[in-house]
Amino acid sequence: MPSFQRAAKEALANTQQRRNLAHATATIRAKRAAVVGEVDRWEELRVAGADAKDEALHHLPHYLEQLETNLTARGATVHWARDADEANRIVLDIVRAKEAQEVVKVKSMATQEIELNERLEEAGIHAWETDLAELIVQLGHDRPSHILVPAIHRNRAEIREIFRREMGSVGRPAPEDLTDEPARLAEAARLHLREKFLRARVAVSGANFAIADTGTLVVVESEGNGRMCLTLPETLISVVGIEKVLPSFEDLGTMLQLLPRSSTGERMNPYTSMWTGVHDGDGPQEVHVVLLDNGRSHVLADELGRQALRCIRCSACLNVCPVYERAGGHAYGSVYPGPIGAILNPQLRGTGSEVDKSLPYASSLCGACFEACPVRIDIPTLLVHLRTQVVDEASGRSPEATSMRAAAWMFGDHRRLEAAQRAATLGGRLLGGRTLRSVPGLGAWTQARDVPTPPRETFRQWWARRRQDDPGGAPGPVRQQDGTSTTTPEEET
Amino acid sequence: MTTPAPTVALFATCFNDTMWPEAPQATVMLLERLGCRVVFPREQTCCGQMFTNTGYADEATPLVRRFVDTFERYDHVVAPSGSCVGSVREQHGMLARRAGDAGLAEAAERTATKVRELSEFLVDVLGVTDVGAYFPHRTTYHPTCHSLRMLHVGDKPLQLLRAVRGIDLVELPAASECCGFGGTFAVKNADTSIAMGSDKARHVRETGAEVLVAGDNSCLAHIGGVLGRQRSGVRTLHLAQVLASTEEDPA
Repeated sequence: MPSFQRAAKEALANTQQRRNLAHATATIRAKRAAVVGEVDRWEELRVAGADAKDEALHHLPHYLEQLETNLTARGATVHWARDADEANRIVLDIVRAKEAQEVVKVKSMATQEIELNERLEEAGIHAWETDLAELIVQLGHDRPSHILVPAIHRNRAEIREIFRREMGSVGRPAPEDLTDEPARLAEAARLHLREKFLRARVAVSGANFAIADTGTLVVVESEGNGRMCLTLPETLISVVGIEKVLPSFEDLGTMLQLLPRSSTGERMNPYTSMWTGVHDGDGPQEVHVVLLDNGRSHVLADELGRQALRCIRCSACLNVCPVYERAGGHAYGSVYPGPIGAILNPQLRGTGSEVDKSLPYASSLCGACFEACPVRIDIPTLLVHLRTQVVDEASGRSPEATSMRAAAWMFGDHRRLEAAQRAATLGGRLLGGRTLRSVPGLGAWTQARDVPTPPRETFRQWWARRRQDDPGGAPGPVRQQDGTSTTTPEEET
Repeated sequence: MTTPAPTVALFATCFNDTMWPEAPQATVMLLERLGCRVVFPREQTCCGQMFTNTGYADEATPLVRRFVDTFERYDHVVAPSGSCVGSVREQHGMLARRAGDAGLAEAAERTATKVRELSEFLVDVLGVTDVGAYFPHRTTYHPTCHSLRMLHVGDKPLQLLRAVRGIDLVELPAASECCGFGGTFAVKNADTSIAMGSDKARHVRETGAEVLVAGDNSCLAHIGGVLGRQRSGVRTLHLAQVLASTEEDPA
């Protein structure tokens, strides 16, 4: 993957995508603001949400063991996966044992993270995404660009074309007279998917929450396709990140108030499915749960960074992020885009690659993400924390590090700063207030911005001159709180 | 004013001191007009924000020490920059703790409680919103991110601007959205930064304002740089300059 900067540059040139994104995020932002505004004690809810996740994370081994015990007692089979390879192998082995040629999938970030679909396809097993937006991405041979709305970069006209072009090659074709009306598009998807729901014997899901004290898994969705997958097939395999665990069933109440409001701007999502093990004659008769680490223990080990694992994948931070809105989701080089992706990917994967090194810098640190986050992840502080790691790993060998050291030396003493300022004001006098449109070495600034012209006199030069001109205006003794007076040498020139 | 005007140590900030001296000058004029005694501790240099936010914590930490040594003796420290005040309040303690210096962290956090952005000092400490300014121009205000979301200054700058005589204050669409400056973000992610800055400039132009006001010259340099390149005819001014403006000495 190229760095965020390079990928963003390309995305910015895609004006259709920029318009689609600006329109979609503005709509979700307004809806979210309205329903969050209805809750009197929203800040208290945020704290409660953060506390519940922190309780789970700070005692993770305990709650995971409790989850495993309760899941097993209810007839589920628990598997542990250290990384993507292990998780994919576990899923593949189960699908093969069932002699299934295809699986239906509930939208799941964890399975995208481990690229399960690709691994299944390599083994000759078709994995059908059944979430409408995921279906659009899959049929379009595209990549998701948003956590909640993976096809947010597409508009209705583009979706109609994808359906007409692609549906027929993998199942029931789109109707000949398909228009770009949302209801018609949804109908085409419904008919296309229905055959797959009724045919598939194995389903793969993730989980929004895994409740330790009951062994219950929870999936929250809008369309009901998830409910179909979770109830119709004989075998259900759920791939669940270990950070999804919640201590108790009561915590779910808090989360279900925070999640829909933050993500879709709804008071409650249309479908909430919960399943606890196996029930005779009702639902899947074989239930597997793959508990996935894949870098999460590494994130947990960082005292400051571990708060990123509170994330409930609501995507509120994406929808308020001005950088995401313009650069789009693909520039983040991962299934986790936006502000949360900018901190989560470098933590999960390390900062070795071009893209992961650049992600902590993919933010203006405006703080809108922290304000919107329902579980209070301090994303701006974590970005700065990760930037420090990137700099430390470069061990001071970059040209940037050299100039930063020089600047720090200059600011280390006011006399050095004053000497540097004399050079700047000399420049200002030479320029005589002319507007600068291009300065060698400042290309990144000057490509679309004028350069501020240095002044003829710095503030401190003005201050010193003013004191000489007007002794009455000069600073006198400093009044201390205890009433004594001292003159501080620093204020003298 | 309920209490006698205090002595105020001015933290000019390195960027204003070197590039935009009009803002700290206006801050001095304004505070003196309101009866304060202003001092300028000459040892001051930089709060270290550029280093901290680019990942150079080791380079920033000595600047925390310098800031504390320079300012901890004053009861009131005022800066014409929400961004630098945000850095002092949110990052200085953290930097010192990262360096393992608990004593410095404690001193930095104590000092930070006395450091205020201009509008906070005027409204919260001096208790004034009408500072006796005169500025007869169509003006719009951009609330900078750090003032808004780090310092939570709320509508204090707007309370001050509304009380300015002659001003025609117009609302900026999508005001709370970042302009795209973000320190080194403006050069590291220049394309995205310019896209954000262009949208901000478009909103400014939509208002028909002659003057764009903000509490941070760094953001103004960026937005103003875009507006200037577009030859938009919109002037940028720091909040302090508008508040210092009078009939005798207009900004």
